[in-house]
Amino acid sequence: MERQQTLETKLSILADAAKYDASCASSGSGSTRKGSRIGSTEGMGICHSYTPDGRCISLLKILLTNYCIYDCQYCVNRVTSDTPRARFTVEEIVNLTLDFYKRNYIEGLFLSSGIIQNSDYTMEQLTRVAKTLRTEHRFGGYIHLKTIPGAADELMTEAGLWADRLSVNIELPTEMDLQQLAPEKNKPEIITAMTGIKDKIDENKCERKARKRPPKFAPAGQSTQMIVGATPTPDTEILRTASDLYTGQRLRRVYYSAYSPIPHADAQLPGKSPPLIREHRLYQADWLLRFYGFNVDEIAVREDRNLDLEIDPKLAWALQQRDYFPVDVNTASREQLLRIPGIGARSVQRILSIRRHKRLRTDDLKKLRVAWKRARSFVITEDYNPAVANLDHSDLRTIVTPKKKQLSLFDTFDTALRGEL
Amino acid sequence: MQTISITDYAHWREIVRGLIHSEISPQHVQLLEANGQQSLFGDADLPSPTAAQTRSTTFRVPPKFLSLAETIACHRSGSRWNLLYRTLWRILHEHRSLLEIETDDDVLQLTKMEKQIRRDAHKMKAFVRFRRVEQGGEEFFIAWHQPDHRILRRVAPFFSRRFKGMNWTILTPDESVSWDQTSLTWGQGVPRHEAPAFDQLEDLWRTYYANIFNPARVKVKMMKSEMPVRFWKTLPEAEIIAALLADAPRRVDEMVEKHEGFAETAADLITARLTPPLTLSALRELARECTACSLHCDATQTVFGIGPEQARIVLLGEQPGDQEDLAGKSFVGPAGELLQEAAEAAGLRLSECYVTNVVKHFKFKLTEAPALGRQPRGKRRLHQKPDAREIRACRPWFEAELSCLPEAQVLICLGATALNAVAGPGTRIHDRRGRIFSTRHSQQTIATWHPAAILRSPDTIRDTKRQQLIDDLKLAVDTVFA
Repeated sequence: MERQQTLETKLSILADAAKYDASCASSGSGSTRKGSRIGSTEGMGICHSYTPDGRCISLLKILLTNYCIYDCQYCVNRVTSDTPRARFTVEEIVNLTLDFYKRNYIEGLFLSSGIIQNSDYTMEQLTRVAKTLRTEHRFGGYIHLKTIPGAADELMTEAGLWADRLSVNIELPTEMDLQQLAPEKNKPEIITAMTGIKDKIDENKCERKARKRPPKFAPAGQSTQMIVGATPTPDTEILRTASDLYTGQRLRRVYYSAYSPIPHADAQLPGKSPPLIREHRLYQADWLLRFYGFNVDEIAVREDRNLDLEIDPKLAWALQQRDYFPVDVNTASREQLLRIPGIGARSVQRILSIRRHKRLRTDDLKKLRVAWKRARSFVITEDYNPAVANLDHSDLRTIVTPKKKQLSLFDTFDTALRGEL
Repeated sequence: MQTISITDYAHWREIVRGLIHSEISPQHVQLLEANGQQSLFGDADLPSPTAAQTRSTTFRVPPKFLSLAETIACHRSGSRWNLLYRTLWRILHEHRSLLEIETDDDVLQLTKMEKQIRRDAHKMKAFVRFRRVEQGGEEFFIAWHQPDHRILRRVAPFFSRRFKGMNWTILTPDESVSWDQTSLTWGQGVPRHEAPAFDQLEDLWRTYYANIFNPARVKVKMMKSEMPVRFWKTLPEAEIIAALLADAPRRVDEMVEKHEGFAETAADLITARLTPPLTLSALRELARECTACSLHCDATQTVFGIGPEQARIVLLGEQPGDQEDLAGKSFVGPAGELLQEAAEAAGLRLSECYVTNVVKHFKFKLTEAPALGRQPRGKRRLHQKPDAREIRACRPWFEAELSCLPEAQVLICLGATALNAVAGPGTRIHDRRGRIFSTRHSQQTIATWHPAAILRSPDTIRDTKRQQLIDDLKLAVDTVFA
């Protein structure tokens, strides 16, 4: 017989087990559910706190249980791990969510689980938490459910009714990586689960368009997470997988999680984490794919098919495509402006708006707080910009590469977060 | 030069309407914050417009400016009323689309202030921490918060939508607001010590905070930029930040030390020592040296698969038992006898099959056992199920064996361990037996009871299971020889 654990012990075990999930988004759901008494999902997601690892706390991110029948090597909860185990009841999670929410600690719940008994049983338990919150407590806050691949279709349908976002973790970038580290999972099953969710979202949108007023299905869409650096798979493959997911399954977001040493790690895994900067470069490249009109082949400029860790991917591309530059900020198209290193999407928007009234000078760009040290070698402005001569310099790379001091994790993390490259 | 003190946004609007009407340019007027003191010059010569004048001086201002001005009004900067009036003057006299030119110095300044307000409002939504108080059987949630700017009125409606079904109060040094589930009520500012000092739930919240923190990545600067230290005094979780940081290096070291499992699998040995094409005899020879998992330490020897290379049926068991371990051959004990009988009944010649196990070493536990039948009293080697780690380390042997059996058509899994190794965890014999299904090891896979499991079954169902084993073996025979 297992000793009765206190709620505090369970929380410490099941929060600890959930922290390797990078996703924290709580936005994109549109308006709050009708009839809610506690909780809302209007506007942007709010980060209620930050932990010393620099990550935000937006949702109560926990596992229903960390018992699991699977044996994924990168995962602290795999069946062969000696990690301490716990399991919440549905009521415990419901109450914890409400208690935290009412004190304004959180935006909602991100619930995931180890797989107990089988996929259907586990999925049914997760859905019950969301349903109880919505129906018995009229909770209108954000709910993200991590669905279990292989669970029955009707369970997924019900999950989407109560949750704002559903996700299925792709876990590792390629089928080979999965075979090596998560032999019991397979990519086709994961992709099928994602496609199933996508089809339901599409169907729901169609019905809404036809004014049939069906209940919303996962209004904040679906997302996934990939672990980076647990296998030698290069960045290009990782980004290709992400790009396929954005177009094929129309995911809202792909999260990259640098493999981090976990307690009770399997000896097969690398003992050290990959440089955190790699994760940030991937996020930067991800933004280029989604908002800057780049495709994977353009981003993959290095022979080893990895991203340059020293400079951001847009700058790396520009150095390979010198003949694309200089770009005249007063005449160039939006697409061309987006390709200038150091000028982010928001700055491009401002440039376009200012251009209607006056021609831009170098000082104007500086006032817009573009990364001038990077941008100046690539642009023509109304006044004389001597730095543009650098384009013909054989040592352009050294000139535009940020000095060591500036290449702090903080800076790159910041750009990755805001997507301003 | 005229000086006018402004009390609030509505007041500012009224004043500037008059100023614009009187064509008093921003250079000739000072709009100052009313700080309770009487202005040096008094407000006597204030050009207060009559109602008629106001109507006649209706001028159109871009809506974007009005909402911007309303926002900027919350800012604590004393220069805001002047800045707003100057910008308004320039919009009317210089450039109607001035706000779109974000590089203009006044616009730049306004944009910056607007951003500060928006950020402050956002931080208020994030960092207000309610404490639960019970009074007369009813629960109230009360928070004390100190925003940088005067934003309570902008943000309060958000809280009333979010916590619609709750009685709550937010206290700030400037003013306070309460929600009784129907409407907002405004009150005086309150110092911090008058707010509730305690909520039992905060311990649980700190537990969550401590455990969601990943000590392997420490980025204090990032945390402080998003959660400025000046807000920490009202965040219950901030109390433990120092302790968490101090303990982080130790926790990381502990994680790195606490590795589990086996670094290698049999695949490492096979690829290091054999060059393809593989043969069964070479594999069998090499397997004697396998140390991929720790089972080799206690077992007598490796018990490798046996059977002809042309075998069309492969039988996969769990692991060698006590007698198999001593004999070095699989299925020689009582379970082997049962298998032999069942095979004969099904018309299957075991000698023509390839027979092997998922795990090639015997796993056991030593127990004190009383004398039983022919066995003397003493230590007994009690069979133990191999765990997922041992299976993972050993499975490459089975996969290599399969690759050396070009004629193999049907794979029979005997028991749950074999089935789970082939078809994934959670699959049950009961659900799978009696039919052919496809797995990544064989297009035609059959699952059936392990003979040892049949021997251990209660009398009532033993015969049924034995018959089912015969039926399943017969299914294999029919599939291959039909």
